[in-house]
Amino acid sequence: MTDLSHRFAPSPRPEFERKVTAPAELGDVAKPLSMVERIVNISAVRRGVILVFIALFWEVYARWLNNPLSFPTFLDTLEALRDGIASGIIPQRLMITLQTLVAGYFIGLVIAAILTSVAVTTRIGTDLLATLTAMFNPLPAIALLPLALLWFGLGRPSLIFVIIHSVLWAVALNMHSGFLAVSDTLRMAGRTFGLRGLRLVIGILIPAAFPAILSGLKIGWAFAWRTLIAAELVFGVSSGQGGLGWYIFENRNTLDTAAVFAGLLTVMTVGLLIEAVIFRFIEARTVRRWGMQRG
Amino acid sequence: MNETLAINAAPSALDPLVRVNGVTLQYKTPDHLVTATYRVTFEIDAGDRLVLLGPSGCGKSTILKAIAGFIKPVEGDVRLRNKIITGPGPDRMMVFQEFDQLLPWKKVLGNVMYPMTINGISESEAKARALDAIDKVKLSKFVDVYPHMLSGGMKQRVAIARAMAMKPDVLLMDEPYAALDALTRRKMQDELLQLWDEVGFTLVFVTHSIEEALVVGSRIVVLSPHPGQVNAEVNCQHMGQDFRDTPEFQALAKRISRMLFDDAPTAS
Ligand SMILES: Nc1ncnc2c1ncn2[C@@H]1O[C@H](COP(=O)(O)OP(=O)(O)O)[C@@H](O)[C@H]1O
Ligand SMILES: [Mg+2]
Repeated sequence: MTDLSHRFAPSPRPEFERKVTAPAELGDVAKPLSMVERIVNISAVRRGVILVFIALFWEVYARWLNNPLSFPTFLDTLEALRDGIASGIIPQRLMITLQTLVAGYFIGLVIAAILTSVAVTTRIGTDLLATLTAMFNPLPAIALLPLALLWFGLGRPSLIFVIIHSVLWAVALNMHSGFLAVSDTLRMAGRTFGLRGLRLVIGILIPAAFPAILSGLKIGWAFAWRTLIAAELVFGVSSGQGGLGWYIFENRNTLDTAAVFAGLLTVMTVGLLIEAVIFRFIEARTVRRWGMQRG
Repeated sequence: MNETLAINAAPSALDPLVRVNGVTLQYKTPDHLVTATYRVTFEIDAGDRLVLLGPSGCGKSTILKAIAGFIKPVEGDVRLRNKIITGPGPDRMMVFQEFDQLLPWKKVLGNVMYPMTINGISESEAKARALDAIDKVKLSKFVDVYPHMLSGGMKQRVAIARAMAMKPDVLLMDEPYAALDALTRRKMQDELLQLWDEVGFTLVFVTHSIEEALVVGSRIVVLSPHPGQVNAEVNCQHMGQDFRDTPEFQALAKRISRMLFDDAPTAS
């Protein structure tokens, strides 16, 4: 038509129509991956390789430094860890820590759940939650220690109090924003089924907000774990019942640095295990299976 | 179109199944009062395939939500079997435009069964009805699959099966095919008509496409632009997919198009 189309239009190609091969005759439409590809696809394998490299680097560096008082080698640490486990001290300390942690964590979750339920059902509840989280979320749990000591004395109740504080706000905030993010369509669908009130919350809102709830649980867990170890370091012993933090503190006092490292290694390993095993498991069975989260 | 249909389509009582009576619907936003529809009146008989047709924003979804019971009219009322609708309920199942209306945490079968099980239908009957409905929308192969593995068209089919399995008095569909590609949309329209032929339900179908309205509907309520008022009612009982190219179809499409665009009152 115009000059332009004339200049740029390619010359027409011949038209054709033909029969395509039936999919059944095509052979490999979907083919299993090779062994190597499958192994490399397992993230645990890839991460394991990284861990091996870190251990190697540590060993080499510590040997080169040659100062076991401030930086023991990887193998010395492993040995201290083995001794600690064999003598039953580390498992015992770990149990004490975990018991405190689980108690505080679950109390925190229950309070968070109640607070969030009130917040999604009433407007004053929303304001209450918003105000409380705005006030307390920025407050590091450790900063409450002196007060906790004053109120509950030395020992477990104080620790549980700080853990509750560290879990509660993060989890409540996540749960609440998760509920708010549930689409109107899903809510309306639930209501046409005849669900309302608590049944709507349980039947639709909680599963629909599960990705956010789960990430709240994870964040809460991480906060609780860090807070507890730190709190134990400061005042973790009561009637001879110290946890892992106390174990680390004790060994530092006797300058048994390898044992300090062993304690730290235990802290990391347990934290990692809970993250990588328990939460990953829940994730794989829920949000990732449902396609609500990729990974 | 055939014998069973005629029986199903016959109104069961003297009253229409649903009566939308002088309904004005408004939204209250923090700084506005939006009137979405103004004194809308129409009736739905059992067996109708009633289409609400109008430009985007004229209040079609809002009317559907009022029938579903999500919104209360500020004027007039909506009645089902002569009883004023006060809230949502499983006797009026809704199929939405959005694909995320399925519960991602339930497989196809679970999704279709869920409304039935929470409404006290026994597990075994719910399952039988769900499988039947899934079969009717041709998804039997995907019973054990989570929604995120389905295409958009398949998700809409599951939503339709879920609604159908409840055997609601009215099936409400809000632009269910608007987000689909043209080919799939056409196929889904055919399937819906076929399903209606087999089962004989009452359908209220919202669309902004004149062609879709003519193909899917047996009667069209044409709404004016915002705020929606009833502009016309048109019969199109015999306009199936095969009629798309007939002069009759084209003429009717043109007539409706004139209503929608030419003598539209100047919209705000
Ligand atoms: N939640 C809402 N809040 C305020 N106004 C709304 C809301 N939903 C829809 N509206 C307004 O109501 C009118 C009708 O909307 P809607 O029923 O969604 O139109 P349609 O479905 O015909 O496209 C529009 O003007 C829209 O802006
Ligand atoms: Mg709409």
